[in-house]
Amino acid sequence: MLNNILIAISITLMYSAPLALAAMGGVISERSGIINIGIEGMMSIGALAGAAVGYFSGNAWLGLICAGIAGGLMALLHAIASITFKADQTVSGIAINLIGPGVAIFLSRYFFDGAALSLPVPVKLPKVLDQKYLQGTSFENFSIDVTVLIAAVVVIITWFLLYKTKWGLRIRAMGEHPAAVDTLGVSVYKSRYFCVILSGILAGLGGGTITLAIISQFTPTAISGQGFIALAAVIFGKWRPFGAYVACLLFGFSQALVVMLGGGTLSVPSSILAMIPYILTILVLILFVGHSSAPKASGVPYEKGAR
Amino acid sequence: MEISKDYAVQMRGITKIFGNFKALDNVDLDVKKGETHAILGENGAGKSTLMNILYGLYEADAGEIYLNGERMEIKNPSCAIHSGIGMVHQHFMLIDKFTVMQNIILGNETTDKFGIINTRKAKKRVLEIMSRYGMKVDLKRRIRSISVGMQQKVEILKALYRGAEILILDEPTAVLTPYEVDELLEIIENLKKDGKTVIIITHKLKEIKKSSKECTIIRKGNFVDCVNVEKESEQSLAEKMVGRKVKLSVEKRPASPGDIVFEIKNLNVTCERGLESVKNLSMTLRRGEIYGLAGIEGNGQKELLEAIIGVRHVDSGKILMNGKEIQNKSTRYILDSKISVIHEDRHKDGCVLSMSVADNAILSKYRERKFCINGFLNYEERDKFTDQLIKNYDVRPIGCKNTKIRNLSGGNQQKLIIGREIANNPDLLIAVQPTRGLDVGAIEYVHKILINLRDQGKAVLLISLELDEILDLSDRIAVIYDGSIVGEFNQEKANENNVGLLMAGGKFNDAQNS
Repeated sequence: MLNNILIAISITLMYSAPLALAAMGGVISERSGIINIGIEGMMSIGALAGAAVGYFSGNAWLGLICAGIAGGLMALLHAIASITFKADQTVSGIAINLIGPGVAIFLSRYFFDGAALSLPVPVKLPKVLDQKYLQGTSFENFSIDVTVLIAAVVVIITWFLLYKTKWGLRIRAMGEHPAAVDTLGVSVYKSRYFCVILSGILAGLGGGTITLAIISQFTPTAISGQGFIALAAVIFGKWRPFGAYVACLLFGFSQALVVMLGGGTLSVPSSILAMIPYILTILVLILFVGHSSAPKASGVPYEKGAR
Repeated sequence: MEISKDYAVQMRGITKIFGNFKALDNVDLDVKKGETHAILGENGAGKSTLMNILYGLYEADAGEIYLNGERMEIKNPSCAIHSGIGMVHQHFMLIDKFTVMQNIILGNETTDKFGIINTRKAKKRVLEIMSRYGMKVDLKRRIRSISVGMQQKVEILKALYRGAEILILDEPTAVLTPYEVDELLEIIENLKKDGKTVIIITHKLKEIKKSSKECTIIRKGNFVDCVNVEKESEQSLAEKMVGRKVKLSVEKRPASPGDIVFEIKNLNVTCERGLESVKNLSMTLRRGEIYGLAGIEGNGQKELLEAIIGVRHVDSGKILMNGKEIQNKSTRYILDSKISVIHEDRHKDGCVLSMSVADNAILSKYRERKFCINGFLNYEERDKFTDQLIKNYDVRPIGCKNTKIRNLSGGNQQKLIIGREIANNPDLLIAVQPTRGLDVGAIEYVHKILINLRDQGKAVLLISLELDEILDLSDRIAVIYDGSIVGEFNQEKANENNVGLLMAGGKFNDAQNS
């Protein structure tokens, strides 16, 4: 029993880490007033960049950094479209979601001799706790990926940034009433660019953690809905870092259920089990969100001096 | 006038073009240091545009700005703030969810290391400013939980906190109760004593007389005159503003009320946040009278209107039209009971901006047999009807029936909407802020129409935030506060003081007796 619980916790944390990273990206972008529905696409490109760089360089850390950069570049497109050209943010996000996986698979075929799968990275991102350290204790089956720690730290930093620093005050203000921030001499455009790109970097890191810590290679289904689940976590968490993190843990736990029930004696078809996280997402959105507390100006392009 | 150090602000030859519309054409402005200067003009005359240029929100296409005799380039609000200019916008630039303190320091935060906000230093400074100018605001409250008057003080504090020496107030009294207006005037007086320069944008003549020494008048983007306020009368100021003779007071005969048309009995309505917005409200309207409902925004007017026209559920109580209960009936049923509405927001509720004038004219009657046969619109009848409206209500330009209504001026849009609603031949016309955003000429016209309607034996329910309008037009005046009617006056007994007091939630012993 203890064993099962420990495994469940390990898997929950492992799967929630990429969600949490991406969700923090979502929180930052939306608090600044830009809806980032393109997280899924940014994660895809991050997943590929991470796996490819990790494979060719043999260094998973380098891969992770490149995953962030790739996600950030993708987000730059979104920022240009939705901030400079004031495009509809949802449409731009959908475009990112279509481009991301497409480009990722294209690049995979380019780098790996026509295969939509990358070759596995030689060394995955390390674990900070696993059998090596726990041999002989009753916690043998417990393990924590370094990405879990990274995610937790990012959540804390995001909270700190938003609620304790002057930049956070400005970001939150921008999502509510951008004109107010503008009239106080703070550039809305610049700050929103910063937030959207940061959001892409975090989403890219999220994608990278999947291919560098969880499955060790890029596959076309490596990113299948995690971006949207992260978005659901943002909403479920009421656009707050810790709220979103708790939601990510819940979704991570549902993923753990899939893994554990699938490996057990239960005779449920795996394809049904695989639906658990998505069904949970829908249920959560229906049951718990209710009155939304979305940033007021989220999704509205800011036009200087518009009357 | 020469450029000199004695002037806090001097603007020369300011021109601003939006698309192919010249908002400002070669406008000059001279504001003496340490004085209150008013900028007077109708809506759309370019007052706010001129001030937005001074504050760096717009860039002028031509012209120069001098502060204290020195040429300045003000490219953005940041420059303006650094040059000691502060601006309180007509629509407040405050973040609802933030506290007063957060709003004040936003963009100019006092911090420890790593950008961590530390409000201690800022707080000391804000408290000092408040005591110096006689303002009291609770810094810990959230903006959404304080009154509009308080919010305005927060805006003034914001500017002073940034070291403003020149303070621009854009239509500062539009949202205030009479008591709050007095408070504001006092603050302005204190600012002046301290050597600050204040610029007030307004179209209210009374306040100019009370607050300012000099006044610059702008009409349709052109500089008209800069006058000494003491030497002018309200009438002469108004004429300079509009460019022709105007009647400032409303002329009407005494009302001769007839039978009861419309009645509300003990109405209770909840708003979408689950709060009681209308509480046990009752009113009675007779034929041939204008019933004015005064009150500050957010005291249940919106919910009351929505309940009357059937878009909001009535929890309890009755609404009677010609003796027939209409509460919780469908909107179509209610409108067919001879009620017509002129909505507050004509762009949102009054018309469809992207449709033609003619289509807008039949928005509420397209179903009638005359305009629609077996589901097909009869364009001939529509055009005939529209031409009639355009002619009867002086909608300009003549022959605009096929242009999009978006391209008409606000006044002409409103004339068409009013004409359309009156063509329904209602027994009760509900007019919500019918002159909002209109210029003096159009206001005069709309008032005349409402009085005509009354003289024809119809009832008019006038809901307005403009106290002057209510006082001038209404035969009976009721005050709504916190969802209830807290007082009712006949027109001759009502004045700014007793109505204003009730609007602000005060008690007035004689209110019920009059």
